[in-house]
Amino acid sequence: MNNRRNVEIVDIKQLSSDVFSMWVKDEEIASNGKPGQFASLYCNNETRLLPRPISICEINKDEGLVRFVYRVVGKGTKEFSELKVSDRINILGPIGDGFNLEGKNVLVVGGGIGIPPLLELSKHLDGKKHIILGYRDEVFLDDEFKQYGDVYVSTEDGSSGTKGNVIDAIVANKLLEDNEIDMIFACGPTPMLRGLKDFANKNGIKAQISLEERMACGVGACLSCVCKTKEKDHHTHVHNTRICKEGPVFYANEVEI
Amino acid sequence: MFNNEINMSVNIAGVEWKNPVTTASGTFGSGIEYSDFVDLNALGAVTTKGVSNVPWEGNQTPRIAETTSGMLNAIGLQNPGVDVFIERDLAFLKEFDTNIIVNVCGRTERDYCEVVEKLADNDVDMLEINISCPNVSEGGITFGQNCDSVESITKAVKKYAKQPIIMKLSPNVSNIGDIARAAEAGGADAVSLINTLTGSKIDIHRRKFELANKTGGLSGPAIKPIAIRMVYEVAKAVNIPIIGMGGIMNAEDAIEFILAGASAVAVGTANFTNQRATLEVIAGIYDYMKKYNVKDINELIGCVE
Repeated sequence: MNNRRNVEIVDIKQLSSDVFSMWVKDEEIASNGKPGQFASLYCNNETRLLPRPISICEINKDEGLVRFVYRVVGKGTKEFSELKVSDRINILGPIGDGFNLEGKNVLVVGGGIGIPPLLELSKHLDGKKHIILGYRDEVFLDDEFKQYGDVYVSTEDGSSGTKGNVIDAIVANKLLEDNEIDMIFACGPTPMLRGLKDFANKNGIKAQISLEERMACGVGACLSCVCKTKEKDHHTHVHNTRICKEGPVFYANEVEI
Repeated sequence: MFNNEINMSVNIAGVEWKNPVTTASGTFGSGIEYSDFVDLNALGAVTTKGVSNVPWEGNQTPRIAETTSGMLNAIGLQNPGVDVFIERDLAFLKEFDTNIIVNVCGRTERDYCEVVEKLADNDVDMLEINISCPNVSEGGITFGQNCDSVESITKAVKKYAKQPIIMKLSPNVSNIGDIARAAEAGGADAVSLINTLTGSKIDIHRRKFELANKTGGLSGPAIKPIAIRMVYEVAKAVNIPIIGMGGIMNAEDAIEFILAGASAVAVGTANFTNQRATLEVIAGIYDYMKKYNVKDINELIGCVE
């Protein structure tokens, strides 16, 4: 992996009350980044020591641009939300192992701030794509998915799409009955991923899920961001694996969530 | 790059380091991941993550939390065990022209001795004995908080060790000078300090501890003033060399430790903020020496009275 770089912000927009979209100029990720990988974004404020792992939402290879869509959840992401065009930010990436592009008729399932990495994924998947996006209330990015597949929305408060969660939307829209689904791609909060893992198993469908955990080094050294595994991991030699290195995307049956 | 008229090399318990900078255990793995960013040949030494006799699973997640100018960790010394370590990590590190310091952890005195014995005939330059990890229920800090147990575990590992022994001290004690004296009395060849300070953080929205382990070890610039004070106290208490650490983010921080009495320094949490922090610290110490016309780094060690 190449060294950390100080890159320029070329566009920043607010997508909802707490979700922001930022494009930066970075040839490295633009050339080498893959769907499902992420980057470490570093705060300019020196009292915040740790990078924030943010998934790659989109890549524009021709112009050397990378897009990050993130939710303000603390002081670090608040700082990122206040950046302006032509400000600079330190980044490291692309990091981790992303999605395997496979399946002829697939479900792409995102929940909340797990939705952004699925945008780049949807661009690259061949075959028929049913895209299910779950939100608490405010929706974002849903329009941008429409060019890549059929989009179904769920909201917990019922303000858009199916009232309930992503599985409710899959059921309500008869996506399994009407299609021969052969792969599920998912990113979102752990309870959603847990539900989808069960759902995939019950229906005999393979699933790739992207996990999140607090990270420190972002390069595989500190062992902060581990996840329990079914089998003994080849690197750690115990039943857990590094999300930043072997992940963040795993086959659902490889990990205990 | 470096002018030969400036000597940055130091001798720690008979081991020659090309410069006084190593990595703090647990922040650099065994160097494999960081070798993408750092030429390990440039470091005075690489200090590995803690190694135990058998693989350790570590604690539940979340294992870390950020704090103002610091971070808490409760990894729980997850490691693949000494056999995998020797076969994989040590084999990797041996290819570099740097000193290898293996950090040793255990639950019982016997555990520590087993690891030390297995490493005795391996290509390892020094051993750092972790009697100060605050994140495990047995071993770690429980050996490091009173003088008798510090002296006795030091004596025990010395029986099996063929390399110089560095005892890594906890700041979570009432008098670190006394603890350092106990390590010296037990035969320690050097001491390293400080390990992390036990701390905690609560998520007020969820009304839960941020760490699964509830408490963790605080590191980063927030703890540096405490570390400087403790290095100074230990330098007054013992005659063995000190490896100083605790919140070193840049060369200025490292020089403070050296002036307080550290013969070498370790860069820890800064590796998470900047993968190349160790290299920048080395270059910055050199620049400082040049600026103040210091010909030999040894002139700086403990020169603040």
